[in-house]
Amino acid sequence: MAHRLRGAAAITGLGITPMGRIYGKSATDFAVDAVRLAIADAGLAKSDVDGLLINAGITGFQGTGVGLQLQNALGMGGLRLLNHMNAAGSTAAQMVQYATMAIDAGMATHVVCVFADAPLREGGSAAAAYGNAGRRAGPRGILGLAAGAGQFGANTAYALAARRHMALYGTTQDQFGAVAVAERAWATMNPRARMRDPLTLEQYHASRWIVEPLHLLDCCLVSNGAVAVVVSPPDRAASMPRPPVYVRGMGQGHPGDMRRAGDSPETETGARLAAETAFRMAGAGPADIDVCEVYDCYTYTVIVTLEDYGFCAKGEGGAFVADGKLGPGGALPTNTGGGQLSAYYMWGMTPLSEGVIQARGEGGERQAPKRDLVLVTGNGGALSYHASLILSPHRN
Amino acid sequence: MADADSPPRKPVSEPDELTEPFFAAGAEGRLLLAACDSCGELRLPSSPVCPSCLGEGFSWREASGRGTVYTFAVMHQRYHPAWEPDLPYNIAVVELDEGPRMPANVVGVDNGELAVGMAVEVVWQREGDAPVPRFRPAADG
Repeated sequence: MAHRLRGAAAITGLGITPMGRIYGKSATDFAVDAVRLAIADAGLAKSDVDGLLINAGITGFQGTGVGLQLQNALGMGGLRLLNHMNAAGSTAAQMVQYATMAIDAGMATHVVCVFADAPLREGGSAAAAYGNAGRRAGPRGILGLAAGAGQFGANTAYALAARRHMALYGTTQDQFGAVAVAERAWATMNPRARMRDPLTLEQYHASRWIVEPLHLLDCCLVSNGAVAVVVSPPDRAASMPRPPVYVRGMGQGHPGDMRRAGDSPETETGARLAAETAFRMAGAGPADIDVCEVYDCYTYTVIVTLEDYGFCAKGEGGAFVADGKLGPGGALPTNTGGGQLSAYYMWGMTPLSEGVIQARGEGGERQAPKRDLVLVTGNGGALSYHASLILSPHRN
Repeated sequence: MADADSPPRKPVSEPDELTEPFFAAGAEGRLLLAACDSCGELRLPSSPVCPSCLGEGFSWREASGRGTVYTFAVMHQRYHPAWEPDLPYNIAVVELDEGPRMPANVVGVDNGELAVGMAVEVVWQREGDAPVPRFRPAADG
């Protein structure tokens, strides 16, 4: 018997603002734009929306992020569902999960889920936008030891994780590069992508080190912008203007890190638990997935995530991606819009937005040949939080 | 002309309520671990409660100071001005022989010679007056 939540909601609207080095708007301004676009895309009036879930990006930690005030900026009264959620990069997929459950439970009808961020300042680097943590007074005691050792920011955490995988399994720099090259090939066909010039493996290797083993081109593109989706009941979705994208599976996994021998959060992630739950709900497995939209804050994240979803065995992710199968024409089209590496970094909304576009069949030049099941993953922290969605143009 | 501003200083971890003895022992070159009074689990305490059994209360034990490099990376990014002269510098996570893992730099080795699994031993150094735990290749490693 099918899982009772399989197909219990559909994504019926998508709104994407311009992305990148766009100045003069706050995160809340971007959020308003994305919500307006998503509602119009769904063919709804603002008064039809009775649920709003909000996820602030890094600006949420800096005091300038979008928050509950968005409701009033949008002039949305009478909401039956409202929250400001944060499980880092896993939040976008989680918002759709909670929206699906709320719709199924009859708590709301049309739920808007929005992510917005505006960390970039004119003339400032991504490091300046995202970093500076090390310049503030850090934590004391044991938690202060990392900053005391010059370990600052997400780049260092993912470099340490990537190195561990290389040492355990022989994963190579060429294999990280294969991810960057494949995603760039997709990005050349995405008008919204920030980096659209083709990329060679040689150019990848020539890009400067950030934290070795991560080059600049192993790292995502910090962006200003916002993305929103509308989640609706499946019986209504069928008669709404855009091709409905049904939620067929969903799961989460949060492994924790006890920081002691025996744990391996760097190389065995929450994607395992999330995959188990999501595939069971969808009644599917990795072999059934036609398109992958995988959270790719770094190239390494893609490799370890594909392993943990069972597309290949643990430790074989490097070899798995090295033959170009993730790119255009490959056996497993992955991050078909260019991902966070070459298109735009909107946390979990990057894979979700492209997943909706692909499931609708609106990818244009970059449309994957098959799209019956689309996997969307979200990852946050230092591979600490994970959530997944399995999307489909078919309800059953 | 000399810069009137004082040079930037590296951030160092200061003792909190839990870790006064940890840093005091560090100033004497000794590495302490917390042993849970309920279950005996050894940890570097970032909370008064044992994450294994949720027991309260722990006793300090002297650790061997020996471990292996669990993972490492080499920082090239200009992130903190006080660290700029050190670029590129290594960062590592050391798994102590007793089990807990701690972030630290490895000294006395070229970045290119670092390897996962390398045997290391603690060496407490100072930044200003503050004791900072670092590791060096083990003498008999």
